[in-house]
Amino acid sequence: MSIEIRNLSFAYSLRDVLRDVSLCAEDGQLLAVLGPNGVGKTTLFRCILGLQQQYKGNIFIDEIDAHTLTPRELAHKIAYIPQTHGIAFSYSVQDMVLMGTTHQVSSMGVPKQKELDAANGALEKLGISHLTYHNFSKLSGGEQQLVLIARALAQNAKTLLMDEPTASLDYGNQSLVLRQVRKLADDGYTILLSTHNPQHAIWYADRAVALLNGTIAAFGSPDDVVDAALIEKLYGVTVRLIDTAQGMLISPVI
Amino acid sequence: MVTRKRHVGHIDTEPIYVGQTIRLLVLGALLFATFLFSFSIGRYGVPVKEVIRILLHKLIPIQQTWTTEMETVVINIRLPRIMMASLVGCALSTAGASYQGVFQNPMASPDILGASSGAAFGAALAILLGGSTRMITFAAFSSSLVTVMAVYFIAQRAPGLKVVNLILAGIMVGSLFTAGTSYIKLVADPSNQLPAITYWMMGSFSGSKLAQVAFVVVPMALGMIPLLLIRWQINILTLGDDEARTLGINTNRLRMIVILCATLITAASVSVSGMIGWVGLVIPHLSRKMVGNNYRYLLPASMITGATFLLIVDNVSRNLLAVEIPIGILTAFIGAPFFIYLIAKQEKTI
Repeated sequence: MSIEIRNLSFAYSLRDVLRDVSLCAEDGQLLAVLGPNGVGKTTLFRCILGLQQQYKGNIFIDEIDAHTLTPRELAHKIAYIPQTHGIAFSYSVQDMVLMGTTHQVSSMGVPKQKELDAANGALEKLGISHLTYHNFSKLSGGEQQLVLIARALAQNAKTLLMDEPTASLDYGNQSLVLRQVRKLADDGYTILLSTHNPQHAIWYADRAVALLNGTIAAFGSPDDVVDAALIEKLYGVTVRLIDTAQGMLISPVI
Repeated sequence: MVTRKRHVGHIDTEPIYVGQTIRLLVLGALLFATFLFSFSIGRYGVPVKEVIRILLHKLIPIQQTWTTEMETVVINIRLPRIMMASLVGCALSTAGASYQGVFQNPMASPDILGASSGAAFGAALAILLGGSTRMITFAAFSSSLVTVMAVYFIAQRAPGLKVVNLILAGIMVGSLFTAGTSYIKLVADPSNQLPAITYWMMGSFSGSKLAQVAFVVVPMALGMIPLLLIRWQINILTLGDDEARTLGINTNRLRMIVILCATLITAASVSVSGMIGWVGLVIPHLSRKMVGNNYRYLLPASMITGATFLLIVDNVSRNLLAVEIPIGILTAFIGAPFFIYLIAKQEKTI
């Protein structure tokens, strides 16, 4: 399962958001998408997910043009993991995860044992089976994020898109979620993950892409591309990188 | 990498939403009991045992142990009314629950897109023009459908969020038709037409005929069966458009189908019963408390509970006082305080 983006451009009425963006993610890679707020990370994801159709250029998923796929076909290939957010009605964790299997259920049916098994399997894989019958809305942010990841696994798509999954999580939950994500990449999932923390790219990602002013500022292995110059360029912060046994550590210069 | 201790801050420990199927069966049994009991009460009392025999005798030959009066009361007077009250209660709660899903809002009710104000306008116009009862029903039904179609069309044309557009267009078009109804009341003959319009708007099942039941049962079935079939997908719609789409749902199409079906059954209900408020809001809410928010169970629960509720209220309406109380007034009297109780009560299951 791979994603290839060729010469993608997108504009909201007058404002160019993405200009001539080309990148690819191969099977089993974790690709971190970096860049300051409003740089087009979310727009890029929306284009890939088919939520924005009016783009120029091509998006190939498994070498198939995304434009030709229906929402149901796309759901077979890509699962979206949104940031944790409030929902209008509270569902049990099991129901929430079962919703991931919807594209395998006929329009006029309800999930059956096969889907239930997939949902329970996904919960088990993430080690949150004990939450099965709990109220999703009352879980902590980290647990909710894990449930949304479980939903993506139940969806049985091999590519996962995560929009700042750690944005509203505390320090411990950030590392919990990211370690699970890393495990999934090791299991063969292709993962695109946008993050505000370049350190996450160094620690967890196989590849990093940096967006600036709608174009690609850097693309490659995080060890090669995430450096003091790039971070200064992206965020306007002066940092130095400290080489440790755990990898490069980004430290702001105060 | 060093394996650290798992850190998960966990708040709630009570399992929720189990045994929904059994709950549905209990609700069904309750409806069945209410249904039979409704035949027996009234100014002319009929024992439940005889009610069962009279009803069965229509299907299989049974020796007659009841008087002819009993049969007339049960079959000709109470049967149409009881069927109508259950159907309308079922329909309004189904529509309410469905609209709530589409609008991702537990406060949505069947008149959110102007179905009721449209129906009232049509009925008032038919009364003003001296139409028969059948004409009034038909005018209310078609005017209700036209109103919602206008709302839907306006919302599709407007830029921005579809759900917000629909709500705003519903408020605007609804108030336009309410103004129209007010104008008809102004010019209507105050000695007979004005009371007829006012009384129609209060809502009532008195004088329900089997022919009317036959008239509404078709659009109600056309709306309720598809809603029951796609009820799982309504869950996905409540997550919001973007998320629903990434889960493989064609959101615009699904929303259109749900609105179309819910409107059809609302229009059919209002056209024969007049304005009966609160059912479409309170019953889905109560059902959520009983079986949870999953539409797989919520929609059947709303249907059953809605029918039971309106049957009980209609029994009160025709038996409490010597003069019948319009049911629309009673549902408000019961519905509003009940709703206040529900929202004030400490949340347990949701």
